[in-house]
Amino acid sequence: MQKIGVFVCWCGSNIAATVDVKAVAESAYSCPGVVYATDYQYMCSESGQTMIKQAIKEYGLTGIVIASCSPRMHETTFRKTAQAAGLNPYMVEIANIREQCSWIHKDMEVATEKAKVLLRAAVAKLNLNKPLTAGTSPVTKRALVIGGGIAGIQTALDIADAGYKVDIVEKKPTIGGKMAQLDKTFPTLDCSACILTPKMVDVAANENVKIYSYSEVESVSGFVGNFTVKIRKKARYVKEDLCTGCGACTEKCPSKKARNEFNMGLDTRPAIYIPFAQAVPKLAVIDPNACIKLKTGKCGLCERVCEAKAIDYTQKDEIIEEQYGAIVAATGFNPIKLDKFGELGYQYPDVVTSLEYERLMNAAGPTKGHVVRPSDGKKPKRIVFIQCVGSRGQSCRDKSYCSKICCMYTAKHAILTKDHYPEMDVKVFYIDVRTPGKNFDEFYRRAVEEYGVEYIKGQVGKVYEENGKMMVQGSDLLSNEQLTIPADLVVLATAIEPDESARSVATMLTASMDTNDFFTEAHAKLRPVESPTAGIFLSGTCQGPKDVPETVSQASAAAAKVIGLLAKDYLTGNPCVAGADPMICNGCSQCANVCPYGAISYVEEEVRGPGVREVRRFARVNEAVCQGCGACTVTCPSGAMDLKGFTNRQIMAEVDAICK
Amino acid sequence: MTTNYKEQAEIILQMSGVNPLKCMQCGKCSGACPAYDAMEYHPHQFVSMVRRGNLEPLMKSEAIYNCLSCFACVERCPRDVKPAKLIEAVRLTVIREQGMNKLKPEQIPCLMDENLPQQALVSAFRKYSK
Repeated sequence: MQKIGVFVCWCGSNIAATVDVKAVAESAYSCPGVVYATDYQYMCSESGQTMIKQAIKEYGLTGIVIASCSPRMHETTFRKTAQAAGLNPYMVEIANIREQCSWIHKDMEVATEKAKVLLRAAVAKLNLNKPLTAGTSPVTKRALVIGGGIAGIQTALDIADAGYKVDIVEKKPTIGGKMAQLDKTFPTLDCSACILTPKMVDVAANENVKIYSYSEVESVSGFVGNFTVKIRKKARYVKEDLCTGCGACTEKCPSKKARNEFNMGLDTRPAIYIPFAQAVPKLAVIDPNACIKLKTGKCGLCERVCEAKAIDYTQKDEIIEEQYGAIVAATGFNPIKLDKFGELGYQYPDVVTSLEYERLMNAAGPTKGHVVRPSDGKKPKRIVFIQCVGSRGQSCRDKSYCSKICCMYTAKHAILTKDHYPEMDVKVFYIDVRTPGKNFDEFYRRAVEEYGVEYIKGQVGKVYEENGKMMVQGSDLLSNEQLTIPADLVVLATAIEPDESARSVATMLTASMDTNDFFTEAHAKLRPVESPTAGIFLSGTCQGPKDVPETVSQASAAAAKVIGLLAKDYLTGNPCVAGADPMICNGCSQCANVCPYGAISYVEEEVRGPGVREVRRFARVNEAVCQGCGACTVTCPSGAMDLKGFTNRQIMAEVDAICK
Repeated sequence: MTTNYKEQAEIILQMSGVNPLKCMQCGKCSGACPAYDAMEYHPHQFVSMVRRGNLEPLMKSEAIYNCLSCFACVERCPRDVKPAKLIEAVRLTVIREQGMNKLKPEQIPCLMDENLPQQALVSAFRKYSK
């Protein structure tokens, strides 16, 4: 027989204003096993906890029930209190009489009655509690970062600096991501490549970092501290250990018509290529969709010119399996596709996206940094920028959110354009100019006041071609007129969306996402760089739109969380795990099918019991993997599966107590 | 502004199914409007004026007849506000109040030519018949 102590908390007036706490405490004495009951203003306070400890010792309590707030709030607190008084921490039950009672009821009489019932159920359950001991699992001291943009690079560098091994998996042939494509960065206008490429070199040279470029995550299994990840290293058709990145092959390749992704398709590249001059790793890669040799079997020019003998047309994808303690998602973003925005004229060559404009302005870009019209190569006299293209909308083609970076990069584009070409006329159509951030609004005002960029409040209705000009028809809401402006080049500040790989990565990681496919954080304010799934961390735009400085801060924050995890030798598990009784289990496999964590396997072993001695097939739970969700226990048709701390008998006892 | 106009604005919103609070004042409707210069009040103004219950000038304006009902504003609006439906509802309110028809149905065929889109015909009915 248990000796149970009951402690009813007032939570100031949170509970006591709606629930007669004294009556609830008094009612506890009618519950079986209760030898002591009391109430107090704040049970979680130090004096409240001291009171609990003293009662445990004084009355020789074997278990305690705290009638208070949600167990999510203070279960851990009271378990520690019990443990300090020599009680097993799992001999603590919480009756939630705040969130589930006092906060949602107004009538004191009814609420008090309900609180008594909730307390009665908790006592009934505690009567069947058994002391539980949490197991431990070792932590693999290596982290995986999925995505090698600035977010992934920064996270990896910080983890590596703390002395832990970290691998980056990047699906493109080079790391660097979107930042490598940018010209300058706002609001300081430092050259993007100049500040990024040293970091790319650092991460490649760091002995704690291993980069799997041109690779994708194939599968993820395991749990926090013990992930097993399969990585698909896509065939480059170039031997990584031999290629020197000299580029001779790229010059000789006769197939030169492939779309150059790095320049956003503004020019073409050969079938064998190095994405850009500062690529890391600087290795050639063959695009199998463009390579004449791989498509027809005839050619082989690159193989002949390669002095390092690095070309290998027979190379196959390779699967690598590696163990990790923590995984960081840093999958990044892309501009949305504009094929549904016909009215804005993206089908015309002289209407470009902002990322394409970055490439046009970039000295290493297709035009060597000269801003020219893609249609005829002529220098434009007037450029019109259109903001909020695809952002802040509610139709099916729009994103409902503000893409956050467009106001600033449009101001940057306008400033840089006027700086290079003071005679050029630059106009910006805007709905709102959103520039919160250090030195951001000052930057935008400089565009207007110093550089004479004309900001027009209003949105563009349509863009059409007339006599080689792009006619931009939009409204000027402040002067209440409709304008038709002949422009030579139109730049669309295109909305951004999570990379298309994010959803499959999230599925593999069992990490949750929002309706826009951004990764969800564990707590929007207090745990912003962690996924709700233990051991999964978030870095950069995969969590939401953000600019470079914000991405870098978040990347370092994610690294700090990873380091905190990897610094532990062992993780204490949750002792509330499932287990099957081999005497009852009929080996039907239904539990294994519903287990979301893959924790259940089947064994064939000898079963011994009263009158039984035979080899049977039965379920066995890997306690380190089991998360205690209980899906198996409700599925089990024979009642063999049970969850420690929440046994079927305990649940039924609670129901019985409520229905009494 | 009289209480009368406030009530009428409510009815107009009900008739059109438009929620002017969804409008973020981007001006794309007026940017797209092909009849902009012929309209004293422009699509975005209809949305904001009906929201404020400022109906009188709209109901007295020729703008409600000069709207082509081409629905470009409805098509382009990123917030799904449907300004043309609002303009139509204002127009209907005026017509119903006056109990008059600007056009008889039998007059329509002789005004038609082969370039006239079908939607304009439907709109012509909506605009001019009771």
